[in-house]
Amino acid sequence: MAEEKKGRIQTSANPAVGRRDFFVKMGLGSLGLAAVGTAAFGYQFLSPNVLYEPSPVVNMGKPDSYPLDSVTLDLDARIFVIHSQEGFFSLNAVCTHLGCLTAWKPEIQTIACPCHGSKFTREGVKKEGPAPKPLPWLRMWVSDAGDLIVDRANDIRPMEFVRV
Amino acid sequence: MSISFNEYLDELRRTRVWRSIFRSGSDNSALHNSLVIQQNVFLHLLSTKVRKRMLEFSATWYLGTLTLSTFGILVITGILLMLYYHPSVPEAYADTKDLQFVVSSGQFLRNLHRWSAHAMVILVFAHMFRVFYRGAYRPPREFNWVIGVVLLLVTLLLSYTGYLLPWDQLAFWAITVGSNIASAVPVFGAKVRFLMLGGHFVNANALLRFYVLHCMILPLAALFFIAIHFWRIRKDGGLYARHSDPEVVMTTSPARPAL
Repeated sequence: MAEEKKGRIQTSANPAVGRRDFFVKMGLGSLGLAAVGTAAFGYQFLSPNVLYEPSPVVNMGKPDSYPLDSVTLDLDARIFVIHSQEGFFSLNAVCTHLGCLTAWKPEIQTIACPCHGSKFTREGVKKEGPAPKPLPWLRMWVSDAGDLIVDRANDIRPMEFVRV
Repeated sequence: MSISFNEYLDELRRTRVWRSIFRSGSDNSALHNSLVIQQNVFLHLLSTKVRKRMLEFSATWYLGTLTLSTFGILVITGILLMLYYHPSVPEAYADTKDLQFVVSSGQFLRNLHRWSAHAMVILVFAHMFRVFYRGAYRPPREFNWVIGVVLLLVTLLLSYTGYLLPWDQLAFWAITVGSNIASAVPVFGAKVRFLMLGGHFVNANALLRFYVLHCMILPLAALFFIAIHFWRIRKDGGLYARHSDPEVVMTTSPARPAL
């Protein structure tokens, strides 16, 4: 071994791994292990385990409060509740481009985003603009009390209406 | 009793207290002038000698120095703003308004912080253009250019994290848009956004995270890289001078007057 000083006795049975080599490898190995552990610890620490965010399931009230052919934006829930001829449905009002809140423009019968000009039909289909995807339809049902409930964390296939 | 100011300074430099602080003594030789720089913990990052030509405005337009000055203003005004600002959802916007309308000199300090932040971003770009078009990024200064790019990113991140803190509509939607850009990262996008905001929305956790980044982590990172940036100027042979310019190579002078 190049690092072995003269006069030192080589005791290892395998001369390819000297004592110094062994300790260097052990040291680097433990440092590597510690680095991986630190990264895992850091990732876990930075991911909150409890979030004090509002529930994704929201009660949107009685179906009667939505007139036929109306589009209602709930600013807090950030969803549209739409009462069409086919029935009720709910759209996520957050633009699929960069997350701005869209708005219903009755004069042009369009859902429009103020940030970068994306436009969607009342059914969430993209008409123009940078948005990559249509506005997602959200799971909606009627509770036992007769209220419209929307689960904002649950996308469904378009054109599934709730009839009351 | 009629001693001049310079005589008084000389007298001061000979006192025991002065000598205990500044070990370089009170000589006026070139060696002493070099020692003044070399033996000072702050100045020793800098070159002991610079070309006289490089101290002129036309050599650098002072863009790096001006950038550092805006950073200094931002640190001082930022620390003062921290004394009235709580990084929490119910208070942040009200505190910002208090700073603007209630706190003495609050409006001045906040505006100074804001305008200096804009100026710093502009100056960083101007500095980089100047370095680029003069060719000062070329070897042996290529690594300092890399440090400069890191400092550009730190500056932009400081600017971005500070954007959220007033907690008004502009701040909220700008950070919503910005964090959604981060989620466009392939595979890890959504996770990156989640870690950045500490949740799924721009909310209390995001405000606190951006506050800590803005007031603690990023300024320390900036200081760390600024120190390397300045030290590299010395290590890479001083500021870049065009060697076709004869007076550039001829004259040298002490970087600082004798202490």
